[in-house]
Parts: sequence; C-alpha cells; structure tokens
Amino acid sequence: MEIPDVKEKWTSKINVVTLGATKPQGGTRSKTVTVGGETTLPFITFEGEIPYNPVISGFVADTVPDWPEVIKNAIGKEINSPVEWAQKSVQEYGVDLISLKMIGADPAGKDASPSDCAKVVEQVLKAVDVPLIIWGCGDDEKDNHVLPECSQAAKGENCLIGSAKESNYMTIVAICKADKHKIISEAPVDINIGKQVNILLQDADFDLKDVVMFQTTAALGYGFDYVYTIIERGRIAGLKGDNLMAAPQICDVAGETYRVKEAFSDDDVLPGWGKLEKRGPMWEAACAEGYLQAGADILIMTHPEAIKSVQNTIKSLM
Amino acid sequence: MILIGERINAGFKDIKNAIINKDGDVIKEWARKQTDANADYLDVNLGTASNKPEDLCWMIEMVQEEVDTTISIDNNKPVMLKEAMPVCKKPPLVNSTTAVEEKMNELFPIVAEHNASIIGLVMDEAGSPATTDKRIENAGKIIEKAMEFGLSPEQIFLDPIIMPLKFMQPQAKEILSAANQFQLFSDPPCHIVCGLTNISNGAKHKILINRVFLSMLIANGCDAAILNVLDEELINTILTAELIMDKEIYADSYIEAFQKK
Repeated sequence: MEIPDVKEKWTSKINVVTLGATKPQGGTRSKTVTVGGETTLPFITFEGEIPYNPVISGFVADTVPDWPEVIKNAIGKEINSPVEWAQKSVQEYGVDLISLKMIGADPAGKDASPSDCAKVVEQVLKAVDVPLIIWGCGDDEKDNHVLPECSQAAKGENCLIGSAKESNYMTIVAICKADKHKIISEAPVDINIGKQVNILLQDADFDLKDVVMFQTTAALGYGFDYVYTIIERGRIAGLKGDNLMAAPQICDVAGETYRVKEAFSDDDVLPGWGKLEKRGPMWEAACAEGYLQAGADILIMTHPEAIKSVQNTIKSLM
Repeated sequence: MILIGERINAGFKDIKNAIINKDGDVIKEWARKQTDANADYLDVNLGTASNKPEDLCWMIEMVQEEVDTTISIDNNKPVMLKEAMPVCKKPPLVNSTTAVEEKMNELFPIVAEHNASIIGLVMDEAGSPATTDKRIENAGKIIEKAMEFGLSPEQIFLDPIIMPLKFMQPQAKEILSAANQFQLFSDPPCHIVCGLTNISNGAKHKILINRVFLSMLIANGCDAAILNVLDEELINTILTAELIMDKEIYADSYIEAFQKK
C-alpha cells in the first residue's frame, strides 16, 4: 500500500529582508545579513525551503544596562564602551550583526541628548563592519527626537530601525524613507495590533517587504508562552498567504532575560536554583532556542556562553 | 476566500453583444474592474452567444491582454476545453463536472493534463440532490474519481448546489449541512465553492439573502464563491465572516487592508 504524502503544503513565503549596505550599495558595511524567505515552519526542511539561517545580533547599549554583576563580568570591561562592546561581540562572539540600544536616552535615566546618541551610532558604525539595528530608549516622545538623529547618522547604511508602533509610526516611516533604512514594527504581545501596525505602515506607503516584526519578548511563564504562540501564528499566517504577516520576526532575548528574577537573582536569594553564573546564560540560551522554534529570524543576545550555545544549535539544526 | 468574478458571462447583455460584435474592450473593462476588486479567478462564459471554441479562446485572450488573473472556464464540453485550456497562461479552474461517471472520465484527464482545477457539482444522472446524504454520496464519487486521475484535493472545488430559497426553502439547511461534511473527506480538505446568487433567485430581498447565506456557508467551510466581486458590502461580509471563523488574523483596519491589497 502506498503511504500517503502528509507533508504540509504552504502557499506563500516569508519576505526576504537584507540589512546593511556595502560600499557599492551606498553604505560602508563589509557584509550584509539576509533573513526570511522561508516557505515552511522552522527547521522543517523537508516541507519547504529555509534559504537563510536565523541570525544572532549582539546586544550593545550606549549605557551599561542594569544587569547582575556576574553577567556584566562575563562580557568584561568592554561593556562600558559601546564601541569596544560591539567590537568584542563581532570579533570574539561572532555575532552576525549589532543591535544598538539607546538606553541612556531615557528621560527617567541619564537623559542623553539625541546628538550624543547619534555620535554613538557613528562610532559603532566605524568600529564594526556588520549591519546595525538601532533602537531608541522606549520612551515615544524622546525617541521621536533620538531616532531621527541616529537614522541620519547612519544614512545609507540600510539599518533596521526600532521601532514603529501605532503611536509613532509616521515619524519612523519618514526617517526610514529619507535615510534608506528598514523598520521594526512593534506590538505589545498582541498579534492583532501587530497586524494593524503593518497595515498602518502600508497605508503610509512603506513597503512591507522592508519590515521586521517585533512582538516584544518575554523570558518567563505566560509571557513567553504568549510571545511564542504569536510568533508561530504570525509565521503560519504569512505562509498561508497573509501578506500583512509575512515579515521576518525579531526577539530581544538579552533585553528581557535579565529582567526576570529567576535569571538575575543569585542562589543567596533563590536557594537551590544554582549559581547565577551558569543559570543566567542557560536561561538566555533556552529562551532564544524556544523562540527559534517559534519562528524568530533575528535573536538579540548578549552572554558569550549563551551565544555560543545557540550558534551551535542553529548549526546543528540547519 | 477565493473570489471568482461572475461578470464575464454572456448571460449579461453587454457581454453577449461583445462576443457577437467581437468588441474586446467590454471584456477587458470587466476583467480590469473585477481584478481591481481582488478577484482571484475570472469566470469566462460564452452562454448562448456562441458555441465555437474560437470565440471562447478569444474571450480568454481578451481577458489576458488586460490582466493576469487566473481564468475560470465556464464550460464543460471537452471539445471546447481542449482548445481553450492551452490558451490560459495559468492553470485554469474548469466550471464544471457533475458526478456522472462518463462526464468525469471525459473531463478529469484534461484537467490533470493541464494541472488545472475543476468544480464538481454534486449532482448525478438523477439530477439535483434533495438531501444532505445524496450530496455527500455524489461528492464522494467525484473525489474518488479525481484521485484515480491523480488530482489532489486542492484541485477539486465541490459545489453543494445552491437552490433558490423562495422555491425550495428546506434545501438551504441541507446545503449547509452538506458543505460542513465535505470538509471531512480529506486533509487538507477540498475547496468548497458556491454559485451564490441561486439562493436569492426570484426573491425580493436578493442582496440581503445573498449576504446572510454566504456568511452561513463560510461558517460551514465554504472557501470559494462565484459572485459579484464589485458588491463591496458582500465582500465586507465575507471578510468579517472569515474573521469570525478565525481564518484570518483580526486587525482593526481589516477592511481597508483588503481594499488596498
């Protein structure tokens, strides 16, 4: 008896997004990074094509993040300088691109000026030759000043700018069109808002083929479960022909992992949980690998051991 | 939802005249209008205007000069199809076969040869089915025969045969029940298509009846319809029904997004 072919057949594919611009393309990067293009669910290579591997973007911030000492120590003194941190991430950790977050611009924190942020962008662009993801501080009002200057400083480099939300998308569209960058569309763990933001970007005449979706990220419990499900559902919708959901997806694993107490408290606070030195990077790696399985294309990571572990996982699964 | 534009049909006077006078502009205009309204297929029907294969081919060529939307050839005569199928730039949808053995033996090889799709009306020698069971029996015959010729479920569009509500009121319930059960034949299921306007034949409140019945059909698995794609409210009904059935992901501007597609 003939065994029926039960392979899933998808009708559509995820958009291909290339980041970075080399000299002939109007930038100064020595290489570009391409994600997307899948015609199947993650790692199911016998059902479709997965032309590009998921990539790891090294987390770098203009200011030292509020992370536990053991995690900061694992990165070393370079964490104090975005330039050195970016260089170390590329040269030693072998990340594919750099994700630069302007934490210092937060009005509730250091309140760094937009021009200071733009300087950091310039310096990091000079220091490394990989493509850049540029984020504001998360405060919409401030980011409306910070991101235009950062975008301008990276004009022509084909960066990924984060992020466009329902509240600020017009500004982001304008700067990305002017300076030739791509956009991260963000929704707060809400697939419906995610789709709506993409509709708004499309209405503003921004090509959805230049968009990467971000459903924020969670590193624990229900939050993780929700984000995982949304990423997976978005991917399935994209594969079934919903062009509004066919964008590749990004997860900020580093930015979220060290905000959950299980991944930042040492065993003096959590007896029996083991040393944070090991638990932290394990948590980060496990979280990243979960999202890989959900369908993430770009993972933002920080701990060298976690990065190495996920790089190996990607290599062994692809 | 797979939208099949019904308008290039010689049942409409302007199309009939266009065929007789070889006025390609009328055909092109309707091809453009329906494509702009997001039709996935354009039904092309010669009706009583002609029975010559070259006229059918001419209609298809006129459509394809204007748009690249896939053709649905509304004709079930092998002599016509053999001429018309090669003219189609994309594998067309043939409209239609019945569950009559002889008919299927004639049409399925042509469909398979061109990797096309076909609408299967669940009626047989005895005519239109009166019950759910009879519809399912005929659907089974169509699927079984299609498989013999190597057609996949995605190439089959089962039509439960819509009857006018005004004259055959008890039928509507049977149709919905049959459509629902068509989904169980295979995984992935066949497409389920309807010639929608039959439901409102002769009725006073045609537009309303069409909309309500189509949303009920969608709730029972229907994923394709031959209809007036320019009826914006009908299309909005479809979009909404599909959201309710969780076929698409909700977004506040789902209607605007479809219009801009």
